[in-house]
Amino acid sequence: MTLFGKLTWSAIPFDSPLPLFASGVAALAIVGVLGWVVATGRFRYLWDEWLTSVDHKRIGVMYTLLALVMLLRGFTDAIMMRTQQALALNAPGYLPPEHYDQVFSSHGTIMIFFVAMPFMIGLMNFVVPLQLGIRDVAFPTLNSVGFWLTATGALLVNLSLGVGEFAKTGWLPYPPLSELAYSPGVGVDYYCWALQISGVGTLLSGINLVTTILKTRAPGMSLLRMPMFCWTSLASNLLIVAAFPVLTATLAMLLLDRYLGFHFFTNEAGGNVMMFMNLIWAWGHPEVYILILPAFGIFSEVIATFSGKPLFGYRSMVVATMVICVLAFMVWLHHFFTMGAGANVNAVFGIMTTIIAVPTGVKVFNWLFTLYGGRIRYEPPLLWAIGFMVTFVIGGMTGVLLALPPVDFLLHNSLFLVAHFHNVIIGGVLFGGFAGYTYWFPKAFGFRLEPRLGVAAFWFWLVGFYVAFMPLYVLGFLGMTRRMQHYDVPEWQPWLRVAAGGAALIAIGIALLIAQLVVSIRRRDSLCDTTGDPWDGRTLEWATRSPPPAYNFAVLPEVAGEDAYWGMKQSVRDEQHTVYGPIEIPRNSATGIVCAFFATVMGFSLIWHIWWLVIVGFVGAWATFVAFAWRDLADDVLGADEVERLDRVDRPVNA
Amino acid sequence: MSLAAATADDPHALGHGATEDDDGGVPPKRIIVGYGFWIFLVSDIIMFSAFFAAYAVLSGATAGGPSGKQLFELSTTAIETGCLLLSSFTSGLATIGAHAKRQGMFQAAMAATFVLGAAFVAIEVTELSSLVAHGNGPGRSAFLSAFFALVGCHGLHVSLGLLWLLTMMAQAYAKGFRDDIQRRIQCFTLFWHALDIIWVALFTVVYLIGTTA
Repeated sequence: MTLFGKLTWSAIPFDSPLPLFASGVAALAIVGVLGWVVATGRFRYLWDEWLTSVDHKRIGVMYTLLALVMLLRGFTDAIMMRTQQALALNAPGYLPPEHYDQVFSSHGTIMIFFVAMPFMIGLMNFVVPLQLGIRDVAFPTLNSVGFWLTATGALLVNLSLGVGEFAKTGWLPYPPLSELAYSPGVGVDYYCWALQISGVGTLLSGINLVTTILKTRAPGMSLLRMPMFCWTSLASNLLIVAAFPVLTATLAMLLLDRYLGFHFFTNEAGGNVMMFMNLIWAWGHPEVYILILPAFGIFSEVIATFSGKPLFGYRSMVVATMVICVLAFMVWLHHFFTMGAGANVNAVFGIMTTIIAVPTGVKVFNWLFTLYGGRIRYEPPLLWAIGFMVTFVIGGMTGVLLALPPVDFLLHNSLFLVAHFHNVIIGGVLFGGFAGYTYWFPKAFGFRLEPRLGVAAFWFWLVGFYVAFMPLYVLGFLGMTRRMQHYDVPEWQPWLRVAAGGAALIAIGIALLIAQLVVSIRRRDSLCDTTGDPWDGRTLEWATRSPPPAYNFAVLPEVAGEDAYWGMKQSVRDEQHTVYGPIEIPRNSATGIVCAFFATVMGFSLIWHIWWLVIVGFVGAWATFVAFAWRDLADDVLGADEVERLDRVDRPVNA
Repeated sequence: MSLAAATADDPHALGHGATEDDDGGVPPKRIIVGYGFWIFLVSDIIMFSAFFAAYAVLSGATAGGPSGKQLFELSTTAIETGCLLLSSFTSGLATIGAHAKRQGMFQAAMAATFVLGAAFVAIEVTELSSLVAHGNGPGRSAFLSAFFALVGCHGLHVSLGLLWLLTMMAQAYAKGFRDDIQRRIQCFTLFWHALDIIWVALFTVVYLIGTTA
């Protein structure tokens, strides 16, 4: 055994220019940004106000930023796949098979775990406490730890680009391919440890938000007065708490197979490959609802606000959400109808799967009836919502097609499937993320995003999506399977070229989103929102100023009904008699970022079998928590006079 | 639903104003922390359930190797069980000591808990290493893989619990029974009792059924 385990200079891909160049650019960008921050004397600010912040709003913004940066990485993989397939008719293209396999694996892994998840969790983190009318989540420091562990996972996945390799097994490492015998490199280990660490982060965030929603709400905010986004967040986080431990256990079993010669999923000694399929999808199917439910909540908020009406069928929406939450656990087998469960089992799971379309249909009709007769304002968030409704219904219908076992036998693992899940994830989750990002951006920063660039970005995304993915449905019917590095069927190539064109349109959409952010920051004075309520909102996040003070609300709002803030706006408030009290604000803590540093060290050394460093990492993480536990001052107290003074500044009308 | 007029409770005349269920408001920290920790325990138990499921699937997959009936020794596991159940009792005494703010009682009860927990881990490690020494390690068969993973996962939990226990002893000694430390002691004992519950399930599924079936 050597000092650095399996790690040698040969881990750096000097012979393959593409990953070397990409990781070089990424490393330079990180060093450059850090260097700029330090050189301009902003590091202190960054450290105090962001990196060690336990404020749910700051953490939410950092989650969202992580998601948007990782979107660029994941999209680069997508562009590489689309161009490779556009070229690779009877030709090797420009990506050798072992690279191509890593590209599609990292694309899926990054897009699900480090784009969709942090995007949704970031928005939930930012919005839920504000909508509930409270001052922070239940466990602020734990929240920071959860974020930084997620960031650790993202870092490890990206590290694999320059040091070693990533998994070549797809976004879910199916055995026996992922076993040591067939994947002897460190790729699968990168995958497993990155997800184990970020999975702990996700679980912490799930526990935190469930506790927050069920236990800490403004006075009068009964469960059935919560905004719809809080309900869908509750459902999503309940699913996190129930599903992510299964992922942890499953990956632990795979790791035991790979590291210690266990036989959970091997071909030898009685190992059972199908058990992996069952376990991974017992997590994996709830996972897609973990992603889509918060998006449903965002659309509910956006559609109600921009229709100027309360959400139609609020209670049926609540029931539909919770029904989806339960059914999410009863359909996992539809991911492997073709793997020999037999006709009767397949029939049961096929029927369960089609049943999920019912509560989802209830939701779509509720959104339509909310729009019906409303005073509709076509602002960018509503455009995303309408684009979602059309696109998601198509994706849902192809999903119902795939839910029929006989159809699935034809389409399993074809590009039809790829088109289906991109249809619901892009059209649902990502559009939901963009709607929420545009909708709540003024709340987070005090100025709106430039609307014309937002509209343009929306149209490029929408049209780009259809041009990129409708051809994949056709290709599925033409018999093209997923994950092909090259092919010899000339009929496929025209469709693949159209799809590559669609990816180019989406690239323009992404460029427009970046331009929108830059332009909006430059014109922040003219886009400024002084009211705290730029969209004429209905829920409590709009009742405080933008950006909200650290304590969110000087006095916790008294909730007297649904659409709490709308109700308040309708009645004259007697502000003269506001009674201010002292506010405890949790102190910043470096626990999260320091713990994530040790987790990174531990993950990296586990991947490369550097055992002494594993111990250092573990002891470091434990010591970090002990140091945190030993502190004597957990909160800063803001006196009642000071709260009153600040509130008078924030809301001069009340003075 | 009647066509109710708009009231202060129900500004949009939706017919459902004040409800009888939980009406919001922020409870004391003790309640919030306990509630959150219960949810963590639920998630932990779900993780164990995956290992239990894997054990149930693989318990017959002995690949020509020994089965549970040939390997398991009920008498040693009975001693292990005794240690663990007794340690739950002593950890309960520690909670009482913490509530009464009696340092001596708390430290003594925690120390007893530690000794019993460490004895449990020691017996388990001895049992598992003797299996390995006789060629019946986790690499022998899928059944033994599932067995080692399930028992090992519980043992790892107990070991981490012991580390936490020592940390809590030091903390109560250094800082006294502050509110935040009381909350942590509450979480620790919840964790310790949960490990007991899991062990009872494990003892039943693995050892009792394994030796009789």
